[in-house]
Order: sequence, then structure tokens, then C-alpha cells
Amino acid sequence: MMKSKNNEYTQWGERRQSRMFVRGLHLDVPLLIGIIMLSAIGLVILYSASGQNDAIISRQLMRLAIAFTVMLVVAQIPPHHIQLWAPWAFGAGLLLLAAVLLIGDEGKGAQRWLDLGFFRFQPSEVMKLAVPIMVAWYFADNPAPPLLKHILIACALIIVPVLLIAKQPDLGTSLLIASSGIFVLLLSGIRWKHVSGFILLIATSTPLLWLNLHEYQKARVMTFLNPENDPLGAGYHIIQSKIAIGSGGIYGKGWLNGSQSHLEFLPERTTDFIFSVFSEEFGFIGIFCLLLLYLFIVVRGLYIATQAQSTFTRLLAGSLILTFFVYTFVNIGMVSGLLPVVGLPLPLISYGGTSMVTLMAGFGILMSIHTHRRLLSN
Amino acid sequence: MPTRLRIKDHIRESRTFNERAAIALALVIVMIFVILARLIYLQIISHDHFTTLAEDNRVSIVPTPPTRGLIYDRNGIILAQNLPSFSLEIVPERAHDVDATISELAKIIEITDDQIKGFTKQLQQKSAFRSIPLRTHLNDVEVARIAANRHRFPGVEIEARLVRDYPYSHLTAHVIGYVGRININELQKVDPSNYSATHHIGKLGVEKFYEDTLHGTVGFKNIETNVVGRTIRTLGQTAPLPGNNLHLTLDINLQQTANKALGNNRGAVIAIDPRNGEVLAMVSKPSYDPNPFVVGIDSKSYRALQEDIDKPLFNRALKGQYPPGSTLKPLIGLAGLENGTIKTHSSLFCPGWFSLKGDDHKYRDWKKFGHGTTSLEKAIIESCDVFFYDLSLNLGIDAMSDYLSYFGLGKKTNIDLPGELSGILPSSHWKRQKKGLPWYTGETLISGIGQGYNLTTPLQLASATATLASRGLYSRPHIVKSFGATANSEPRLATIEQEDRRHIASNQNWEYMVNSMVKVVHSIRGTARTISEGIPFKIAGKTGTAQVFGIKQDEKYVKEDVAERLRDHALFIAFAPEDKPEIAIAVIVENGGSGGSVAAPVAREIIDEYMASKTRS
Repeated sequence: MMKSKNNEYTQWGERRQSRMFVRGLHLDVPLLIGIIMLSAIGLVILYSASGQNDAIISRQLMRLAIAFTVMLVVAQIPPHHIQLWAPWAFGAGLLLLAAVLLIGDEGKGAQRWLDLGFFRFQPSEVMKLAVPIMVAWYFADNPAPPLLKHILIACALIIVPVLLIAKQPDLGTSLLIASSGIFVLLLSGIRWKHVSGFILLIATSTPLLWLNLHEYQKARVMTFLNPENDPLGAGYHIIQSKIAIGSGGIYGKGWLNGSQSHLEFLPERTTDFIFSVFSEEFGFIGIFCLLLLYLFIVVRGLYIATQAQSTFTRLLAGSLILTFFVYTFVNIGMVSGLLPVVGLPLPLISYGGTSMVTLMAGFGILMSIHTHRRLLSN
Repeated sequence: MPTRLRIKDHIRESRTFNERAAIALALVIVMIFVILARLIYLQIISHDHFTTLAEDNRVSIVPTPPTRGLIYDRNGIILAQNLPSFSLEIVPERAHDVDATISELAKIIEITDDQIKGFTKQLQQKSAFRSIPLRTHLNDVEVARIAANRHRFPGVEIEARLVRDYPYSHLTAHVIGYVGRININELQKVDPSNYSATHHIGKLGVEKFYEDTLHGTVGFKNIETNVVGRTIRTLGQTAPLPGNNLHLTLDINLQQTANKALGNNRGAVIAIDPRNGEVLAMVSKPSYDPNPFVVGIDSKSYRALQEDIDKPLFNRALKGQYPPGSTLKPLIGLAGLENGTIKTHSSLFCPGWFSLKGDDHKYRDWKKFGHGTTSLEKAIIESCDVFFYDLSLNLGIDAMSDYLSYFGLGKKTNIDLPGELSGILPSSHWKRQKKGLPWYTGETLISGIGQGYNLTTPLQLASATATLASRGLYSRPHIVKSFGATANSEPRLATIEQEDRRHIASNQNWEYMVNSMVKVVHSIRGTARTISEGIPFKIAGKTGTAQVFGIKQDEKYVKEDVAERLRDHALFIAFAPEDKPEIAIAVIVENGGSGGSVAAPVAREIIDEYMASKTRS
């Protein structure tokens, strides 16, 4: 997929004709196909995981419709507009985060929601996009490789919202946002010596971070390290999830036939643990296909990033798609017992609204970046 | 501010980016491989392990109780049945907090302290994951209330169970007994796996004696349960084998007649078919309602039953040991004839008292001025004591004892009911062994009229009467006629154990004695002549009165009761028809006074009903 520039231009020319219509809508067809396929799989497995609950399916369909609309709208926005608004969006996001800490609603023991009267939303979702946009904006005009000073400023841009979100506390989201910023840094051509220094810094700050974790977050990590210690308490989720995945075997138990899922042994089976339901019912073969689909989307995203024509769009596209993958990896890792349970949904498959909208907005940006190139090059 | 001018090199930046993107992609692929490796480990390598865990999660084996066999009377009338009833049960392991659950439940339906106490008691004895009933006999409203709130109570189930029911209640309590919750001692005596689903076990009577027959064999169900243990569906099952039905020898109509005939008296009646030992009626009064015992009687009612001065829980028919009094005379008379001590024509002058040589103690006859010249026949008809003082003196205690033992006195009849007592048939040997004292001649005299150490249970007396009626053909009394059957097997008759003891008396002597007993009822001087009125066949009988030997010092009697409770026990034995007896009866009315006027009419009513039912059918 790493084609030379010359090749790319001719190929682009050939494809132009056939994609006249979708280009007018600023959609990227391969990405769109991947997303639709994932969403469809998500609906199928959600139907099973929800215990064949039509109400949940119709609600999910509604959310998908909203999310696709958002993607379509975002795809129309030219990337340089996004670049222009970056500082404002970031600033507004920070204010909202601060507001959440001051006046936010509590849900499930954490302050994440902001009630605007007519609807509630999580400002941290805004930051999922605002942080990579801001960091990419910051590096857009700086020649690569960035100087240490710039790196430190970028780090500050990342760390302030991350700490605000971690304070809510929402460890999963804050880690995701941190990684989205870090991806921009890494992709910007930061020197390897800086990278290694960075890793060293993280290694030394980890104990400090541990001390600042909430009890339930510590418990999650401890549970992850040894779930069998507390099989009926904190370890229950992971053990039941591993049983679901493991008992699925190579071919799975078949759609709607997962005993772990349908007999309610599996917790959070429509949201965070939906991958376990999928594994139980479709087995290793099903997962293999699902991972191929995720890989396809990631490859397409990275391809879009390499084809982007400005530093800003390049960094942003790369960061967004890699964050998408991290999302996927963390979710699968946690339900299969590789990573601690941090409470992240499986992108495009888990039941849930806000994060899906953000995700699709991200895809909208990717599509916008890809489909607005001609205007830029002209 | 940059110290030196840095110029953006777009081509180089792009190349750097592409390099980094390639590295990122490589990392993505590596991570995907990590996931795949993890899944290969979980889904392929450890697949069996996790499948087992999933099955353990999902499937549990639940024993299903067999249906307890029903109990019928000899005519197929049901005496013990199983009625469906809803009960509220808790599996403590699945309820988060049992105490809180119970107190929450008490807000919805009525739960008494006694029920909670009973529950707690069972909680301490139960095996893991077994449900414990908290309330039984829920009504529809209660069932609906719990069902509507079910989500609030994990581990709480409404079970439709069959609850043992005794439609004749008091009437059959002493025969059939009842089932009650199994306690830990009983659980140790039975096969625990066969009883794994059984909550009740026979505690008394037929229910206890035939526990193995009635119980059946446990079945098993593989059920799929969800995380809180609710049954989702049944995957497969081995059906339980229901217990055997029992048909008793008891005739519930006759039982009713006997019960009515006894009236409000305390006492016992037993009717036996002398041809085969079938117990046709067995009444012990007062009685009790066995039904509350099935679900667990509350402590107050139980205490009331236990402390009742009339002892309703006491089965007089099997455990009541009474002096047989004059009802023993026909047997002693036979002993005298067979031993050659007396002849049928020998006679004695009865002045109203008897004394031993060299002893001025007067052993009195019940008739103050005596019976005059008395033969054995007259001694039976008028129940002359002096005749039997003399006879027993001549026989001696040991010969008498030996002979009486042919009629089963002094040992258990081995009826198929639990708890029977053996009574006492005294002999010199017995006295030496039990009391370490020599036998005194005076004791022989009072033994000769069925007093003294002599004690018999009503059942023994009835059995002895049956042996007499059949002229020596002894049949072990039994209460179960046949083991009835399940849907596809024929009823199996209980074996009748008989022993031919006709040799213990000559034909002539048997008939002489039976004839004398007929005259007890049918002659003008007979002690039971009042019951002979308007009877188309002949009854042979013998009255008896047993002295109540004082009252224990520590027993507190209500003043008005004292006189009543000091009265003699009234006894009567009878059989009919005299030539081919079909029914032999022993009646004991505690403190009834006279056998002839109180006990004999009871026997007459039973015999009438028996004969009437024969003509009816």
C-alpha cells in the first residue's frame, strides 16, 4: 500500500470517474464499506447479546443513524477549517472538562456527564478529537523533527486534559486521549532519542501514577494481575469472560447459542464484554475474520494518512486511525485477560451512543482529509 | 524563538511520516498477532478446560423427589394422599443475606416466628444448595405477590410440592401415623442419595413402618441455570420411580363405627379377622390431627398436645399396657382343662371369698356373697373370681404362664407397625429375673384373674381373642393387605403368617370354652347379656375389669377428675359369629367401670356394622 507518489497520482485519476458521486459526498468508499460491515456485525451480535431484545436493536440503529449522519457532516468540512478551529475547539473542551468537575452529573460513581438541559454529554468525548487536532495543529507549521521545547509544549497540551479526565475519574478515556496525542508526537518525526527519554519518563512516573489511582482502579489492576484471587468479586468479570471466549472454541457455539452470554454469567455483555459474546458464539474463526476487518480499516486509515498533503492532516489522520486501533486492542485485550479492565467499549460493535458518535466523527475527519486533497493540491 | 532558521522540508517530512506509519502498521500487526495468540491459547489450547467450566456454570444436576405411595383402606378408600401445595423455599447459598431476605419477605406475606425458627433449625442441618421451605400452603394471592417481587429475592423460589394429607385426620392418626421433615438422625439411616430430594419421612405408624415401600426412587434432572440459579430449561432427566401404594386391611367404615362407639371415652378398640390376622379396625382415643405435623406443627399446639392429660399422642392400641382382668379367664380355663386340673363338670363352692391355707387374708370375689356352686362354665358366664383363684392355685403360675404364652401374651405380636410394647406375662422365672424376688402363691391367685403383674396391650388381647376364636389357628396381626401397585404392576399381597396351635386344646375343650363365652352374652346371667338383644347370630365374649392401681404421687389431677380416673378400666373381648368367627375384638375403656355395660356395647356396634357391611356387599 506504500505506493510511490507518481503511481498514486495516476491511480487516483483512474478512480476519479467511478467515484464521482461519493466524492461529491466526500466519502471514502473502502473505509465506508469497512465501517458498515463492522456496524452490521455489531448489530448481529448485539441482537444475541441483548437476549434478542428488539428495543435495544432499534435504539442502536438510531444511534448508528445519528453517528453516520455526523460522519457525513464532518466529512464535508475541509481539513483546513478544522485546522483553523483547532485552538478554539481545544480551549472550549478544556473549559467543559473543568465544568464537569465543578457541576457535572455523577453516573456509576464517576463525574463524566455534563447536563445541558436538553441533553447530557461527556466533554471527554470532545477531547478525544480535540487533543489530536490540537497537537497536530501545533506541529503543522513546525519543521520536523520537532525540538525538545516543542515536544514539551505538546506534552503539556496532552497532559492537561488527560489529567482532568483522569480526575473524573475515567482512566480508560484519559489513557486513550493520551495515546492519541502521543501518536501525533511519534508520527511527527520526533527523534528516537526523545522517544526513549519519553519511555524512561513514563517508566519512572508509573509508581507515582499508581499512588494517585482510585481504589477501584487499583482493584481493577490487581484483579487483572490475578483474577482467580477473587473469583466472586472483582475477578468474576474476567473469569466469566475467559470462560465465554475459551468455551467458544474454533467454530463457536453458534449465533444465539452462547450459554455464558444468554444465561447472564457474562457481565456487561452488550457493552464492554460484547467481544466475549462474539467469541463464544463465532469461535476463533469468527474472531479471525473480525480482526481482519479491523486490520483492513486500520490499513485504509494509515493509507489515507500517508496520502494526506499537509503535515496537519497527515498527523491527524495517523493519530485518529491508530487511536481507533488502540481502542480495539485495549477492549479485546481486557476481555481476554491480557489487559486490566478499564471499561472501554469495542468500537463500532458495543452498544452505546456517545463514543460511537465521536468515533464516526473521527472517521468523518479521515474521509474529509482524503476527499479534500484535490482542492488543496489545486 | 528558534535560535536558527529551520525550513520545512515537505518531502523529507512526508518520508519520515511514511516510515513512522510503516512502523505503526508493523506494530498493529504484531498486536493483532498477540491477540490471536491469546485467543489460540484460550479457544484452542484451553478449550476443553473452559468448556468444562462453562458446563459447570450452566448445568446443574437436581434430584427430583419420587411421589410417595398412597395409602388406601381395604375397600380402596384413600387414607393418605399427596395434595399439591405451593411452598416458599430459599436456597441460602444463592440468597445474599438470608435474614434480610426473610424480613423482606415477611413484609409481603405472613411469616410467623415459628416458621422462621423452623427454617433456622433446618438451615443448620442442611446440605449445600438444598432449598429449605419457609412457608407452605401459600395461597394464590401470596404466590402472585412473591412472583411479582421475585427479582428482589435471589435464591427464593416458589415450589409446587406435593404435601401429604390425611383426609380422615384423627380417625387414622394412630394407625397411619404421619410424615414429617427429615431430621439429621433419620438422614443417617437412609440412603442419602435416594433421599436427596425428599423433605419428608414417615415418623410414625404405617408411614414409618413402610417408609421404604412408600418412598420410591429418586430421579434426576439436568437443568440449565442462569447466574442467580434460576432454572432456564431442563436438558434431560431420569424420572423418579413413585413409591408403592399400600392397601391396608383396615376398613374405614368399621374404624368409624369403633371410633363412634367409644364416644368420648379414653381407650382402644382393635378388631381382627381371626381367619388371617387382618386388622379391621384399630382405634386409640383420644387422637390428634396428623396434618399439622406434615408441614411442621407450631410449638404451642405441640406443647398443648403433649401436656394434654388425656395423652392424645399416646397410641393406646399398641403401647397401652393394661391388666387384662377377667378377659384372661377363658384362656386360664382352657389351661385348666388341658392340664387336667379341672374337668368340664367339676365345680366349686364360691362363698364370695378365697383364702390360702395358713393365711387369713381373704381374696374377694367381685360378688360379695359369692356365686354358690360354680362350674367352669358358670365361672366364665358370671366371671367368678373364686373359681379362678382355686384353679390358678392348682395350676401354678408357671404352667399358667406357659399356656397363656400360646396366645401370644407377654411378647410382641410383631404387627407391621412401629412402637408396639410387649406387655407382661408373669412367671416365677420372670419375677426372679426382673425383680430378683421369689414368686409368692398369693400372686398366683391374682394372676389367675388377670390382675397383679399381668399387663397386655389391646392388640395382644385382640390377637389372643382371635386365636381363641379360630380355635388355635394363630395368625400374626397385620395392617397392610397388599402392596398396591403402580400403573403397570399388579398389587402384591402381604404374606399371612400363620401358626397352627389347634393342638393346645382338644376340640371338645375349644367348643366348651367358646360355648361358655357365648353364654356370657346370650344367657340370662351373662355379664354381657345387655348386648344380646335383637341379634340374629351369636357372639362369644368375656367381660373384664381392671383395677387402676393408684395414681402416681407426682401426677396432678384436677379434683373433679380424680374419682373418674380412679375408676376401673372396662374391658371386653368378643368374636362373632361363634361357630365360624370372622371378627375378633378387644375393647378397653379407660376408667369405664364395668366391662359388661361400657365396653361390651362398643363391641356389639362394631360386630353389627361388620355383619351389616357383609350383607351390603
